[in-house]
Amino acid sequence: MAVLVIAEIQGDGVAGQRLSEQTCRAVTAAQQLSDNVDLLLWGTSSAHIVDQLQGYPLGQIHLLESAAVEHGLAESLAPVITALAVDYQAVVAGSSTFAKDLLPRVAAMLDVGMTSDVIAIESEDTFIRPMYAGNAIAKVRSHDAIKVITIRSAAFALPLTNGCDPVTVVRVREDIAALAVNDLSSFVSEQITESERPELSAAKVVVSGGRGLQSAEQFHLVEQLADKLNGAVGASRAAVDAGFIGNDFQVGQTGKIVAPDLYIALGISGAIQHIAGMKDAKVVVAINKDADAPIFDVADYGLVGDLFDLVPEMIKRLPQS
Amino acid sequence: MKVLVAIKRVIDPSVKVRVKTDGTGIETAGVKMAVNPFCEIAVEQAVQLKEAGLASEVVTVSIGDGASQEQLRTSLALGADRAVHLQTDSELEPLNVAKLLKGVVDRESPGLVLLGKQSIDGDNNQTGQMLAGLLNWSQGTFASKVEIDGNKVNVTRELDSGLQTLCLTLPAVISTDLRLNTPRFASLPNIMKARQKPLESESVDEHLSAMSQHIEILELKPPAPRKAGVKVSSVDELVDKLRNEAGVI
Ligand SMILES: Cc1cc2nc3c(=O)[nH]c(=O)nc-3n(C[C@H](O)[C@H](O)[C@H](O)COP(=O)(O)OP(=O)(O)OC[C@H]3O[C@@H](n4cnc5c(N)ncnc54)[C@H](O)[C@@H]3O)c2cc1C
Repeated sequence: MAVLVIAEIQGDGVAGQRLSEQTCRAVTAAQQLSDNVDLLLWGTSSAHIVDQLQGYPLGQIHLLESAAVEHGLAESLAPVITALAVDYQAVVAGSSTFAKDLLPRVAAMLDVGMTSDVIAIESEDTFIRPMYAGNAIAKVRSHDAIKVITIRSAAFALPLTNGCDPVTVVRVREDIAALAVNDLSSFVSEQITESERPELSAAKVVVSGGRGLQSAEQFHLVEQLADKLNGAVGASRAAVDAGFIGNDFQVGQTGKIVAPDLYIALGISGAIQHIAGMKDAKVVVAINKDADAPIFDVADYGLVGDLFDLVPEMIKRLPQS
Repeated sequence: MKVLVAIKRVIDPSVKVRVKTDGTGIETAGVKMAVNPFCEIAVEQAVQLKEAGLASEVVTVSIGDGASQEQLRTSLALGADRAVHLQTDSELEPLNVAKLLKGVVDRESPGLVLLGKQSIDGDNNQTGQMLAGLLNWSQGTFASKVEIDGNKVNVTRELDSGLQTLCLTLPAVISTDLRLNTPRFASLPNIMKARQKPLESESVDEHLSAMSQHIEILELKPPAPRKAGVKVSSVDELVDKLRNEAGVI
């Protein structure tokens, strides 16, 4: 079996760019399927990433450098991946919004089904994934010759990167690269959130705020506690909808899935959809003034009271990190 | 321009879902059902486009057993003009749903197809993208803003890293995210009027039997429960436990 992993690049500026953590973990998942793992690296100037990938457990890197894929649009990448996929038995990527957008289109073009959000790999064709906001864990079998899967990165470790053979680089054939030219869609603009804090889906500590924070100004309290703990900031849907913070901070069934060592929920009631995104955290702390809030059912340590009194006190009690 | 909206009947989002003890499925007896919340947002968007004079007709389609007609009636009460029910009792998977929807698109020739970004039962987040791939149409997934301008549509998308705006050439498939709009409630007069609106139903069992099964669900299990926690009485106690018991700070 041979597996093709679809790369996603993160970081600012050409120099700061690297393979996303989600992609790294997708490589680990791919290794569980096969020893024969290749990577599709795409962009306008990704050659320097190749250097970073020496020592990676990869066979070869398909390098696609083209202005047509600058923004990674599904309409451009899907035809290319569909053409490359015929030499593979699986196409794998991390469950990011990028892959969620792209891989179903690839699967449909290949006339195969897709398995989203895999949390464990049982065999070459059998995978474990959550459904119903994590209230059911399904064992599914793919009957297709090419498996298309996205993986939840929290469920897979980072790959070991020493003692591997050098990675070979092959440029994607011109006729295949030409498939990326697309007149269906074009990029207009983006608003990327810039933050010094750790990335939410990979952070060891996450402090999330909910509707209980009351306003965008008061939501800074969440950020202050997060900074004290060197953590990332998260939010409930209610906090995002109310405009306290951007959409990319939402934790839950339809936002980001996090599994940090420590998750602190402040003024969050603990709706099913929120719990779906954080219940795999090792230690959960909840601060809520309602002693009956469902968040306490999943909290290892619950503190009942007014967060506007308790959180500043907690910030004071913690050493400067 | 005609707008087609796909909607799904699912367990109401406020219900705590339980796996059947034999692992074959989910307890549905006596459970409250609803329109998938993301699909409701898609219906609302289509109705707003019609109210703005940008859509000429809003057609909703649902695939499922006879009870799905209930959700189609809801969509008619919310402002859709006409509904199509593709009847089957079979379990469906996203690729086959996309293929059945493609059949409706080929027949109805809409300029825009709106779907929810995911259904809250399967949580697959695939059908819209698959439909766009089968049609070779442009796709705007996880939309939080949709602006139609002639034969183009600008779609703002909710991404892991922030927001992105794309310009799509119509016809297009758009999947809706939570912040696109706030769905209205159906008024009583509109619920009454919806009873008179056209709803056609046809069986798709024959089509489905010609399609292969791609992803088979072998078994469902409840998730491992979290072990019960404790309440602490003060910040001091909390900080002490986090440091000395849990060792996480
Ligand atoms: C289709 C769908 C998808 C969804 N996806 C998500 C998702 O991905 N993520 C998500 O989070 N939600 C999601 N939701 C929404 C979810 O159902 C809840 O509505 C939401 O999580 C509630 O957010 P909250 O806990 O911040 O607000 P609330 O439920 O209003 O809770 C606020 C809490 O703050 C407490 N509080 C208030 N003031 C104070 C104070 N001074 N001190 C201490 N405590 C205080 C209150 O006691 C209360 O428990 C989804 C819903 C639907 C229908």
